Amino acid sequence: MATIDSLSSESETHDEHGHDHDHPAWLAHHFDTPEQQFDSGKLGIWLFLVTEVLFFSGMFCAYAMFRMLRPEVFEGCSQFLNTKLGAINTGVLLFSSLTMAWAVRCAQTEEYKKLVVMIASTLSCAMVFLGVKSIEYSHKWGMGLLPPGSYFYDEANPHPTAQQIVDQHGFSESAAYFLTHSLYFLCAPFLILLIGVAIWAVYSKVTDKQFQYACAKPLLVVCLSFFGGVGLGMILESGGGEHAVAHVDGEHAGDHGDADHAHADHSHDAPAEVAATHAVPAFDIESDDAAIELLAESELNTGARAMLEAKQAQAEMATGQIVAAGVEADLGIHRIEQDVQTKRQAGVFFGIYYCMTGVHAIHILGGIGVLVWLLIRSIRQDFNRQYFGPVDYVGLYWHLVDLIWIYLFPLLYLIR
Amino acid sequence: MAAHGHSDDGTDFAHPMPLPVLLAVFFALVILTIITVAQASLDLGSFDVAVVMGIATIKAILVGAFFMHLIADKPFNIIVFLSSFVFVGLFVIFTLSDSKMTSPAFEPKIDEPAATAGM
Repeated sequence: MATIDSLSSESETHDEHGHDHDHPAWLAHHFDTPEQQFDSGKLGIWLFLVTEVLFFSGMFCAYAMFRMLRPEVFEGCSQFLNTKLGAINTGVLLFSSLTMAWAVRCAQTEEYKKLVVMIASTLSCAMVFLGVKSIEYSHKWGMGLLPPGSYFYDEANPHPTAQQIVDQHGFSESAAYFLTHSLYFLCAPFLILLIGVAIWAVYSKVTDKQFQYACAKPLLVVCLSFFGGVGLGMILESGGGEHAVAHVDGEHAGDHGDADHAHADHSHDAPAEVAATHAVPAFDIESDDAAIELLAESELNTGARAMLEAKQAQAEMATGQIVAAGVEADLGIHRIEQDVQTKRQAGVFFGIYYCMTGVHAIHILGGIGVLVWLLIRSIRQDFNRQYFGPVDYVGLYWHLVDLIWIYLFPLLYLIR
Repeated sequence: MAAHGHSDDGTDFAHPMPLPVLLAVFFALVILTIITVAQASLDLGSFDVAVVMGIATIKAILVGAFFMHLIADKPFNIIVFLSSFVFVGLFVIFTLSDSKMTSPAFEPKIDEPAATAGM
């Protein structure tokens, strides 16, 4: 109660919103003291974080289940994740956690300028993270490393053109265009944002709106850092060793290029050839299923139809196998070892990967939203040593997002 | 602001984390990240997952204790937060043991065509 008396210098505010008791504008009138307000909010945010932990635990559980059942699939597919990009993103996120914790400290000690700088750098780190992430995603989408159902990665031709995706993998033209140009689609919203903020900054400068200009300036840096992240991701991604096999339709000067090219050409009829040499029944739809096809012509013969469908699905699954493209591959132990990259099995890994990192990225986007709100409020100097709750709460959320990434990074990227 | 002169009468509840602590925690986290990446190239056999999760948990404790101020927080908040991990543990352990017992019946170890060819 002593606090309320001590804060009475701001009592003039109470007349404006019709309360009959004293309190500063930032203390909601149903709280007795600033400390009570802070503690209630803090308990609330901790409860929210508990729901977040339980929410993510569902995905970690799915991860643990499939890794327990198929450790070799996780080991094989993890090779497609670029450890360098993951490590850089971990560092960026850790740094943003540092600046966030620092921002909480600045709010508590009322260092307003520093508070704005810290929140803006947290935001910039979040944007760099998303920029690197969009490089990772677009790279994988172009290679067909997708969840089961759309997974179409082919070792003989890891970077197919849009036309090849349509012809060989049965995608619609627009889907194929999206997959091969996904980086532009991922960057477009941020580019629009950047242009909007730039126009806002110029406009507020010209019309001499001090406060708006003070908000637009750091936000402009924040938007630019997304493209900084994209650039960083591009540099690191191009340094990776994965591209050794990537030049299938590049120049054919060397022997190696020719061999690769021939390889790619074979990928159409490879299943048939495999069937011819090794007489695997599931591959040979034509001769084997002629009778069933005939029977399935009749709508009434549901049994034959189901059988035909099952056979086709089986054959399709087989063509998704990495080894099926290489005609000379034998069918012994070697082949079974490489079976991690069938559509279904590798698809499950990438399904889990996109689900976990995607939901995490959505949390980053949400964090960016509340941090922008904090940035504007901190420019307005809303916070003081008795009212720093919002900064602290957002900080707690941001650290939780960081905590989740601390577990995601080794679990997804560092499987050997 | 009149509220500022009251750090001694118990109303000042802010406990700013000292800057050297924050920086030390950050560098510790970076070093632990480098260790995690480095150990991925060593062959530790079946201890792999345990080592990786151990390092991640040390990092998580550092972030929780210092960045999230849990070290100076109310015990009730700590109990609330840590209790969630008890339930995560129950959830994951029971689901895993269940799936370990039942999954082989539903999931072929290898996709069909290869299985017929190999065995």
